[in-house]
Amino acid sequence: MGAWDRFVFSFFNADIAMQALPLVAKGFVVTVQLALAVIVAGTLGGLVLAMLRSFGVRPLNWLIIAFADVMRALPPLVVIILLFFALPYTGVSLGAFMATWLALTLVLCAFAEEIFWAGILAVPRGQWEAARSTGLSRLQTLAHVVLPQAVRMTVPPLTNRVIATTKGTALGSVVALSEILNQSSSAASLAGNATPLTVGAAAYLLLFLPVVILGRWVETRYAWRK
Amino acid sequence: MSAILDIAGLHKSYGPNKVLQGIDLQVRENELVFVIGPSGSGKSTLLRCCNRLEEPDGGAIRVDGTDIMAPGTDVNRLRQKIGMVFQSFNLYPHMTALGNVTLALRRVQKLARAEADAKGIAALQRVGLGEKLAAYPNELSGGQQQRVGIARALALEPRIVLFDEPTSALDPELVGGVLKVMRELKDAGMTMVVVSHEMAFARAAADRVVFMDRGAIVEQGPPAEVFGAPRHERLREFLSRLDH
Repeated sequence: MGAWDRFVFSFFNADIAMQALPLVAKGFVVTVQLALAVIVAGTLGGLVLAMLRSFGVRPLNWLIIAFADVMRALPPLVVIILLFFALPYTGVSLGAFMATWLALTLVLCAFAEEIFWAGILAVPRGQWEAARSTGLSRLQTLAHVVLPQAVRMTVPPLTNRVIATTKGTALGSVVALSEILNQSSSAASLAGNATPLTVGAAAYLLLFLPVVILGRWVETRYAWRK
Repeated sequence: MSAILDIAGLHKSYGPNKVLQGIDLQVRENELVFVIGPSGSGKSTLLRCCNRLEEPDGGAIRVDGTDIMAPGTDVNRLRQKIGMVFQSFNLYPHMTALGNVTLALRRVQKLARAEADAKGIAALQRVGLGEKLAAYPNELSGGQQQRVGIARALALEPRIVLFDEPTSALDPELVGGVLKVMRELKDAGMTMVVVSHEMAFARAAADRVVFMDRGAIVEQGPPAEVFGAPRHERLREFLSRLDH
């Protein structure tokens, strides 16, 4: 068998791919659920933190900034391991899904907060003054005047961060979460062949390529709208 | 006649910089008070204290009889009575002209959409923009944008409107339209305080001209006196610099 044939046999083996498919498909479902849960909770959490920060309550802002800085500095893998392996010692035990979800949500939350905050800061002061001068409260000004403009500016960086963080769902394999990577590497060990990993890679492309393309579309759409 | 705006002993500092040093000013109903003075004299800060966009450090301000600094005062309700027009318009770029004008009607006065729209349309018609209801700010000229800004203030039916250099950001050929609207407002009996450098407008429309310098009112009187026979050296100096 030549080098090329060995390569095809090890990575593009049709029989083994078919055997691995059901396992990887199960992992696909888990990854999609996890990704959606992380995106929704992380983005909303970041938005709420940025809104709280705009009220300018000093001690609260220090907490938010400390949270955002720590979570952005820690590798997501470390957060997952801490939540999964260290938390049980405090009496709180999280399953693999919950630990991965919470870790990635906290990380996305921190990045999203910073992105939304930058967007809020980029809205000119005069917008606040005009709205407040007509009697709108702080919260109303934020909701109706500032956020609609801020969110528009934050779409491109936020899309990128959402993609980067949700790809981190693969880290769940470390705590035995049966998502795409974990399922495909078990299938690979079982078969003694790397082809399931190729199937896993295809599954990731199937999931994230549309998201990346959607992000690009959203980005251009908002770029010329400005 | 009682004063709509009654300012007494107003002080405001930014750190060591004393911007307002004991301002006393009363504005009567239907009166147009025109505030002039060199830049940095505290004119804009004075206006911005009147609706608490800036917090005064000392003194008292009453609007329509209400002490705006009293602890129990609902600032948001009070601000409905005090319209403000800004140098840089500050229109909401993501809303149409009508949306800009009706936002506070709907969110603060809690009017139903139909009612708010009716008032908003009336306000925009009043400033000559009845045809531009659905236009976004970036589709309007500077002069039109400022007229939307005026309509936004008028829609709330304020007791007084404060103009903070309303024409300073406009190309010269667009100034006339804005001044015309202000003149019509004056003739309709609106109480106004105008900070501006449009001296010809002051001569024609103001009831009283107030000259400020270094955070204090130096001289005030009818435009004919202030411009024709200035008593203070600093005012004479200021006016002579404008002529050149």
